[in-house]
Amino acid sequence: MVEASGQADVIIVGGGIVGASTAFFLRGRGVKVILLERFLIGQQASGTNFGNVRRQGRYLRQLPLANRSRDIWGRIHELTGSNVEFMPVGHIRFLWKEEQLAVVEKYQRDAAEYGLELHILGKEAIRERFPFIGPEAVAGSWSPHDGHANPRLVAPAFAQAAMRNGATIIENCEVLSIEKSGEDFTVETPRGNYRAPVVVISSGAWGADHAAAMGEAVPLVVDGPQMGVTEPLPYFVHPVVGVSTQVPGEVAYLRQIPRGNIIFGGVRRRPAALDERRAKYDPAGLMEQLRQIQRLAPALRHARVIRTWSGVEGYLADDIPVMGDSDKIAGLFYAFGFCGHGFQIGPGVGDVMAELIATGTTTTPIDDFHIRRFKDPARWQRTAAH
Amino acid sequence: MADPRIVIVGAGPAGTRAAELLVAAGLRPVVIDESPRSGGQIYRRPPPNFTRSHEQLYGTEAGRARAIHATFDAFANKVDYRAETLAWAVKDDRVFVQKAMTVEQIPYDALLLAPGATDRLIPLEGWTRPGCYSLGAAQITLKAQGCAIGQEVVFVGTGPLLYLVAYQYMKAGIAPVAVLDTSSLAQQLRGLPLMVARPEQLIKGAQIVSALRQGGVRVLRGVRPLEVLGDDRSVTGMRFCDAAGHEQELRCTAVGMGYHLRAESQLADLAGCSFEFHPTVRQWLPVIDEMGRSSIRNVYLAGDGVRILGADGAEVAGRLAAIALLSDLGWPIDQAKVRSLQAEMRRHVRFASGIAKAFPWPHEQVAAIPDRTLICRCEAITAGELRASVKDLFSPEVNRAKAFSRVGMGRCQGRFCGPASQEVVAAANGAPIQSAGRIRGQAPVKPLPIGITEETSRG
Amino acid sequence: MQARFVRLAEQERRPIVLSVDGVAVDAMEGDVLLTVLMLHRGFARISEFGDGPRAGFCMMGACQDCWVWTGSGDRLRACSTAAAEGMDIHTSAPEGLWPIPA
Repeated sequence: MVEASGQADVIIVGGGIVGASTAFFLRGRGVKVILLERFLIGQQASGTNFGNVRRQGRYLRQLPLANRSRDIWGRIHELTGSNVEFMPVGHIRFLWKEEQLAVVEKYQRDAAEYGLELHILGKEAIRERFPFIGPEAVAGSWSPHDGHANPRLVAPAFAQAAMRNGATIIENCEVLSIEKSGEDFTVETPRGNYRAPVVVISSGAWGADHAAAMGEAVPLVVDGPQMGVTEPLPYFVHPVVGVSTQVPGEVAYLRQIPRGNIIFGGVRRRPAALDERRAKYDPAGLMEQLRQIQRLAPALRHARVIRTWSGVEGYLADDIPVMGDSDKIAGLFYAFGFCGHGFQIGPGVGDVMAELIATGTTTTPIDDFHIRRFKDPARWQRTAAH
Repeated sequence: MADPRIVIVGAGPAGTRAAELLVAAGLRPVVIDESPRSGGQIYRRPPPNFTRSHEQLYGTEAGRARAIHATFDAFANKVDYRAETLAWAVKDDRVFVQKAMTVEQIPYDALLLAPGATDRLIPLEGWTRPGCYSLGAAQITLKAQGCAIGQEVVFVGTGPLLYLVAYQYMKAGIAPVAVLDTSSLAQQLRGLPLMVARPEQLIKGAQIVSALRQGGVRVLRGVRPLEVLGDDRSVTGMRFCDAAGHEQELRCTAVGMGYHLRAESQLADLAGCSFEFHPTVRQWLPVIDEMGRSSIRNVYLAGDGVRILGADGAEVAGRLAAIALLSDLGWPIDQAKVRSLQAEMRRHVRFASGIAKAFPWPHEQVAAIPDRTLICRCEAITAGELRASVKDLFSPEVNRAKAFSRVGMGRCQGRFCGPASQEVVAAANGAPIQSAGRIRGQAPVKPLPIGITEETSRG
Repeated sequence: MQARFVRLAEQERRPIVLSVDGVAVDAMEGDVLLTVLMLHRGFARISEFGDGPRAGFCMMGACQDCWVWTGSGDRLRACSTAAAEGMDIHTSAPEGLWPIPA
């Protein structure tokens, strides 16, 4: 995977699920690509996240992108040639309070306009369909076509498929600087300089530093999700399980894989550091997580947690990503800061970025995510304070 | 610091000696230990209603065992002793502990980790069959339960424990079928010049081998174990290649296996301690200075959890680490005492390097584990699947290979597949063993019940 | 039921009776559960991944290969849990613990 230096049509900075799938879809359009990854492909947020292929609950105007991505998920095996353990088992969000019903019902109506099918299930229906649910749940919002996949495998699957199609992928290659002179960018790394007329910044939590270096500062906070997994248990939780609530401390989620392990997360994030290769799980939060996941599946009290981990995720002040072309420099593109929601849309983002770069436009609306929204610092500082 | 909060993890030889010095200095450390009774694994005490004497249980080490037990008992009410308690994580100057269904965070000013070691294993075809145990298990079953692991036992592996356990079985009335040592006689002779650092141990070892031979136990050196024979229900035999390269089979109903020891370094890892590779034992171990100070300011490491020097070495290491801890807290230290302990330590280090030379980890055999053999017991993953994660998915090191193959992801967190997976990954990459790294520790270091409740922190 | 371990010493202890997979078995005070299982059952659990029964391995709480169940669904590590009179031990999960959809 090593090449000293080179020239391409596009240089991608950052090999998470977004960068790797962008490389893959650019190759599909015959574009010459070099991808530079600071560590290993998909090792940070893309590899450590919960693995949720979920559309319901998303920012509504992100749904077209999420739908496009869902279509790719359905074909991911044939596209990449890898089994990334995608299972379209559905996604259920449980409600602890009757008052929350109005919220999910409104979301159901709004989401229907974007073609997302949701079913609101009452007290009895949820118990019939999901007998593991705890006694507190009053209703559920069921998204039948969502699901989950193995995050450790997805970005590498796209990267390998891209490589087989001719992309150059260089791991352990930190980008030191990006400069534009004339038509080309020069991307400087310890392994040499790379040149291309187009650069994509898809470096996740590191994206804000890269954007700032290009003169486009954005308010990004680096946080680590708190994830854990149980020992293997009989396969009794089939869908992805989450909570719809106004209380941040109640936001917990879990999913079970057919091998039996139950992966869980939520409740709170912890600050992470960009200078550490690995974000550390904070054991102080485990008790509250375990309490919340037992509300979802009380039978879990019989099981044991065998491992926890964290990752490095970038959150923008308004909780939606930066995506699209630069507001300042022609040929520069951004796709980073997916605010803990990047896994499901990752393949779609790659497809859209490839379309945007290759054709100059995209059929999927992404204008809400443009970096220009942070142009006026007074505006986003107000947003961040909320 | 007026009343420093000190936490010791482990009540074996190192933890006991460290706690003894801290108590003598007027401190009241918390001592956390997983077992119901102190002593560690080596001087593990049987349940209270057992009647065998120290001499029967610990043989030539009876005096040492008695002293460690008496020392601990003498200060037990002067420390905050937490028996049957697991230290499952360390973060931000707190130890997270679990006892039964409760957890607690214990804040500390200084942490002394003496968690000991487990057997180091090489996955062998058939090693998950009922009847296969680690050498440590074979010894604990005898010492702490008064049982043998089976009627007809083959012991396989290398290192002093291989012979010691076989000898203890013979003395207890079950002469092993055979002792199969992967080290050759020539290798063992090469270790001699360093092992004379502790002549009494060397003589003891020679006496054990000769007693085994006199007792009719076959002792074969330079073997290559091939397979534990049997089925789902039981072990029926052992297939191996002898030193002359001939395949042999022995009938047996149980197998005890082990290749010296592997440091329990997960808590040091979680505390953020730096590690370094030790080529003599081919293990990554936490960095310590000559006193046992880790790379983290207030974390001290002692015993087999940081350097495999055996029980006597652990006692010395525990004392040195406690002295370092006291010194760093401003207590005066006796320089002459430190010098004599350090001299003793050097003797243990020299002897241990002789042991490593005499009974080397047969890494070529590890790298050559057949593709079909289960390497990860917990997740039931084969060596072939691990190799595929290296070759097809480009894993430069074991954690990447773990992410792809699940080797080391199970309940034991790589304790029993980790050392072997490093060799397999390095060999599959055609790279030196150091490049494969080590499986990182993750909290909880042992499975934690989901139904636990938290006790309010004391500090 | 199959005997694996062999008692060699400490045989003058108070007898206790517990249940293993629904069968009453004799043991002695001071036995750990793995000893009881290896004297009477021959294995401790069945691997989740289809490769057969497991009978513990390290006897010191490290390998995690001897987790058993109680009748009420608790998990016990057999090598580090003392056997007690009247215990109800199962080598696989008792029926009805997991609310599995039909």
